[in-house]
Amino acid sequence: MAERQSPERQLPERLSPLEPVFHTGSHGNFEHGVDVILTETRPGSILQLAAWPGAEKQLIEAIRKVTGLALPDGAGGGVAKDGKAVFGFAPGKFTVVDEAEGLASAFAKVVTPAIGTITDLSHGRTAIRIAGPKAEWVLAKFFAIDFALPAFPIGAGRSTTHHDVFAQIQRSGADQFDVYVFRSFARSFWKALCHASEEVGYEVQ
Amino acid sequence: MLITCPYCGPRDVIEFTYQGDGNRERPQPASQDLDAWNAYVYDRLNPAGDHNEIWQHSGGCRTHLRMVRNTVTHEISSTGFARGDHNAAARHKAGGKS
Ligand SMILES: [Zn+2]
Repeated sequence: MAERQSPERQLPERLSPLEPVFHTGSHGNFEHGVDVILTETRPGSILQLAAWPGAEKQLIEAIRKVTGLALPDGAGGGVAKDGKAVFGFAPGKFTVVDEAEGLASAFAKVVTPAIGTITDLSHGRTAIRIAGPKAEWVLAKFFAIDFALPAFPIGAGRSTTHHDVFAQIQRSGADQFDVYVFRSFARSFWKALCHASEEVGYEVQ
Repeated sequence: MLITCPYCGPRDVIEFTYQGDGNRERPQPASQDLDAWNAYVYDRLNPAGDHNEIWQHSGGCRTHLRMVRNTVTHEISSTGFARGDHNAAARHKAGGKS
């Protein structure tokens, strides 16, 4: 089999778990307009960072150093900009996302064992974006949390469940949310999201 | 029924798991005091009224919580992190229903 080995390292092709059910275009009741847009954002890096007790501030500083993102004070606070995102999802724990690959090795240099831990979930989560004037309406069918802007400000994150399956949700815009789900459940969640979006008319991009 | 997680805010009870009576005191692991172990495993106050309980926000932030729940009315008069050093992370007042 030696003749089949390439002398150069081949970059693996990135596959989406949504592929068999991902149909671009307008669907559902869109005659009067499309009220939500569904996309898969496909970030290169999705990390979970956790601080040991008392090291939370050092971890927040490490996040600022590596990503340039300054976490706002408070539980569930977060920020999303320039292709990167971070939000708190539990005391001392944060999800950090980057369009680019390699975020885990960048953090490995800064988050020392004395500060906390890094868990690379880049292959374990799928990121689904829902945007548009009816995004809150559609998500409210899935999750029993308050999606109104005053209760769920831009950049903030939430940990919750849909039928006992975990989801982390970040509001990345006034009418835009990024939902992080287990990759093994992503296809069923996507199909459910499409069904739930039919009544308002949706476009897959 | 809503439970106010000190980190996540008010959430449906379905996101939470009951972790047992919060009045128990676990003997030291090496303890051979059988009465103390018996009390830890079996003795319960079983009050009709306020009850100290341990819960976990298993369908949310996954932290363990201390709560006082009224076993007659289900009113929750206080919630907080079981681990005291989490308290800086709290944003929601104990017992708040909204
Ligand atoms: Zn919580």
